[in-house]
Amino acid sequence: MTEIKFLLARKKGMTQFFREDGTVVPVTVLEAGPCTVTAVRTPERDGYSAVQIGFVPAKAKHVAKPQRVAFEKNGTQAFRVLREFRVPDASQYEVGTEFRADLFESGDVVDVTGRSKGRGFAGTIKAHGFSRGPESHGSMNVRAPGAIGQCADPARVFKGQRMARHFGNERRTVKNLVVEGVDPERGLLLVRGGVPGPPNGILQIRSAKTAPVK
Amino acid sequence: MDHLVRDIEKQYMKEDVPSFSVGDIVRVDFLIREGKNERVQPFVGQVIQFKGHGIRKTFTVRRIVQGEGVERTFPLHSPLVVNVAVQRGPNRTPRRAKLFFLRERSGRRAQL
Repeated sequence: MTEIKFLLARKKGMTQFFREDGTVVPVTVLEAGPCTVTAVRTPERDGYSAVQIGFVPAKAKHVAKPQRVAFEKNGTQAFRVLREFRVPDASQYEVGTEFRADLFESGDVVDVTGRSKGRGFAGTIKAHGFSRGPESHGSMNVRAPGAIGQCADPARVFKGQRMARHFGNERRTVKNLVVEGVDPERGLLLVRGGVPGPPNGILQIRSAKTAPVK
Repeated sequence: MDHLVRDIEKQYMKEDVPSFSVGDIVRVDFLIREGKNERVQPFVGQVIQFKGHGIRKTFTVRRIVQGEGVERTFPLHSPLVVNVAVQRGPNRTPRRAKLFFLRERSGRRAQL
């Protein structure tokens, strides 16, 4: 297992570029890093092994006091966003180390985690991909969910029956995206494919947990 | 669109985009790979629309082949579009951006 790379990023939007042979590569532009290691969790002290990194510098007065004190103690600046990444051995990381976008290189396979766009209380069509009924010829069954169960037997609705629900605004991971380009100067990553969340949403990037077998 | 995304797009866009406009009769040199061979296939016709922005910009060329209208849409910034040469401009400058009304016309009436 190679070293695990991880970073926080902001989604900037999607675009595309052409390969030499004319194929189009759809990419998402991510503004990744710089991130600073703000805490190291060790099994001896915390019961697990992880690294906490901070992203988006903030004024100390905008940070809640528990975090502010923690920043003061380890001498790093304050950050708006803190996230932990599990690593096999956290002891090789040091508080204050800075990671930038150039951590990643073209060809790396990554998992990207973020919060999907909130869609409010959504019906079965949007939330579960149900089909819609006919819209004309007097049909009143346009976006209705249809039957939700049987009759006298079992005389109840099964657990887990898919219905209208609050949809989106959930933690989602897109696995095995290929890094198509890195711009170290501007701290940008180009990742092939789409990622969860709105533009300017915060994302976690890490080396793919289950890299595809070549 | 975010300016960072636009900057990234710019890196991949052609710098010397041939200048031509709607209504022009153009020859598009399109690169075709057949196995190992490469050859350029020209497509001559009239530009009837531009669509999209930035690297996604495309244009549509219309010509009449054996009495049948044929339209092809090319991505302006694709490396397979080697060159676009203007053969001649329209006799009268078209008054609209999309020349779809030409589809309904034939013969002399289809000329600008």
